[in-house]
Amino acid sequence: MKNTIISLRNAVVEYDGVEVLGGINLDIVDKQFVTLLGPSGCGKTTTLRIIGGFANMKSGELYFGDKEISKLPPHKRQVNTVFQKYALFPHLNVYENVAFGLKLQKLPEKEIRSRVQEMLELVNLIGFEKRSVNRLSGGQQQRVAIARALVNRPKVLLLDEPLGALDLKLRKEMQIELKKIQQNLEITFVYVTHDQEEALTMSDTVIVMKDGNIQQIGTPVDIYNEPKNAFVADFIGESNILDGIMHKDRLVEFAGNEFVCVDEGFAPDELVDVVVRPEDIKVVNQGEGMLTGVVENVIFKGVHYEMLVDAAGFKWKIHSTICENVGDLIGMNIEPFDIHIMHKMKED
Amino acid sequence: MKSKLIALPYIIWMCVFTIIPLGLVVFFALTTEDNEFTLSNLTAMNDYMDVLFRSVGFAVIATIICLVVGFPIALFISRMPKIKQSTMLMIVLLPMWINFLLRTYAWMTILEENGLINRFLGLFGIGPLNLMNNSGAVVLGMVYNYLPFMILPIYSVMTKIDESIVEAAQDLGCSSVNVLRKVTIPLSMPGITTGIISVFVPSVSTFIISRMLGGGTNDLVGDIIESQFLGNSYNPHLGSAMALVLIVLVLLIMSIFNQTSGEEAIV
Repeated sequence: MKNTIISLRNAVVEYDGVEVLGGINLDIVDKQFVTLLGPSGCGKTTTLRIIGGFANMKSGELYFGDKEISKLPPHKRQVNTVFQKYALFPHLNVYENVAFGLKLQKLPEKEIRSRVQEMLELVNLIGFEKRSVNRLSGGQQQRVAIARALVNRPKVLLLDEPLGALDLKLRKEMQIELKKIQQNLEITFVYVTHDQEEALTMSDTVIVMKDGNIQQIGTPVDIYNEPKNAFVADFIGESNILDGIMHKDRLVEFAGNEFVCVDEGFAPDELVDVVVRPEDIKVVNQGEGMLTGVVENVIFKGVHYEMLVDAAGFKWKIHSTICENVGDLIGMNIEPFDIHIMHKMKED
Repeated sequence: MKSKLIALPYIIWMCVFTIIPLGLVVFFALTTEDNEFTLSNLTAMNDYMDVLFRSVGFAVIATIICLVVGFPIALFISRMPKIKQSTMLMIVLLPMWINFLLRTYAWMTILEENGLINRFLGLFGIGPLNLMNNSGAVVLGMVYNYLPFMILPIYSVMTKIDESIVEAAQDLGCSSVNVLRKVTIPLSMPGITTGIISVFVPSVSTFIISRMLGGGTNDLVGDIIESQFLGNSYNPHLGSAMALVLIVLVLLIMSIFNQTSGEEAIV
């Protein structure tokens, strides 16, 4: 039932001899909100630019449906882009910016007018038609950029960190609005961001990237709960990452203790990364926990306290709604299903 | 207050070398040798209308050629890698480091009857062609000397056009020709306007180029004015009147041009 609309096969990109994309494969499902997530320099924007037609692959194929389009110039592709800094035409007003693509298609004036109106309504910019784009706020410019791209009814909309320049509150509002637009119009969105929270909030599928390679593809829930490696665990949310030894199925040793866990299928005594989320560590009275540690630092974060606890030679990050005092000895418990075991990443 | 003080040297300079001379031009233009008010100097301009028209005509043609040649070069340079851009700019600017007179002399040795071109053509039994002392040579001189003034302002505006705006235009369906028509040219308009003014104004008032390459048969208004001050037909009053007419004419053309191009830039 899932229709793939865009596929990349062995996409390799080099800039000045430096490899930016190391042969990635990915399938984007039609009508989904797909996010490319990773730190800067991971190749997520390059991937987007390949799909848009603004970057060339050294080797590899790009399919749109079942057509290979990597040699097709940008203006012949059925995708539109919302650029990072909006890239509005400074010499045109709001209406002319949005109508730009439709005028190029030489549509009748009447149809252009009604479609532009429809779009401006969608992004809440009715009444701004004659306004110069230079006299709009960041949020408004952003809406114009979205309307300008969507008015052409693309099959796929590419968004390159479109909310990066907005303040936190506006960004959260726009996240919800973008998701709503995507669901109403039933268009595939490919969204680039380095903000993991943004990715989790909006996406159907998240693609985590690092150093020009894909680390993991999955739903936000999968990515958060079942990170494939320590990098993904660390990048998505906060984590305590420890070295461990997997003695046998469902038994792991780390921080000087043996813990029961739920993971299976590792080699006997394999060296592994153990990931524990800060909110999954239960603070109990001293002596009642599997581990004992000294509170070194407490920061109030609003919903919870973030504590740094020294236990078994490791500084644990713990989120708790109960405040402990610096210097207190506390006990710590970890449930088996909160212990995530991962193969060691091959360092390169 | 402080900023006024800093500007003082230039304000004095401007008064002594711009404002006062302009006043003198107006004064001379409107007086006789006996310092009496008259309009006869201005009405005498009637006899030189053909020269005035020729000057404007040559300047317009030279400006158009500079624009047609200069715009693509500016575009070409602005799209090169940064390091190559400065090399190309050097090449554009290099002739300007050589004295204006020498540059124009150089053209004489290229164009004259036993000059470089004719000697080369002679090898094939062609010519000698009459390349100098005609209107074409004068326009060529103008284009050669003032082309950098067209290229530089257009180039500097083009480098400020964000690459992503060009990409956005392509993304929305623009072929490369349409990108040029709908984005690059409209956004380059300030540079184009500056370029046109910087070529037209010195072209319309030049006298060296027409003297050296025009061979006396293509005198421009600049030549006539010069001869009223330094030549045989010494008459600074008539010369001032001509200069005044030329200044007013240039201002008029520029203001009309500025207005229309201002509207174009928004289309």
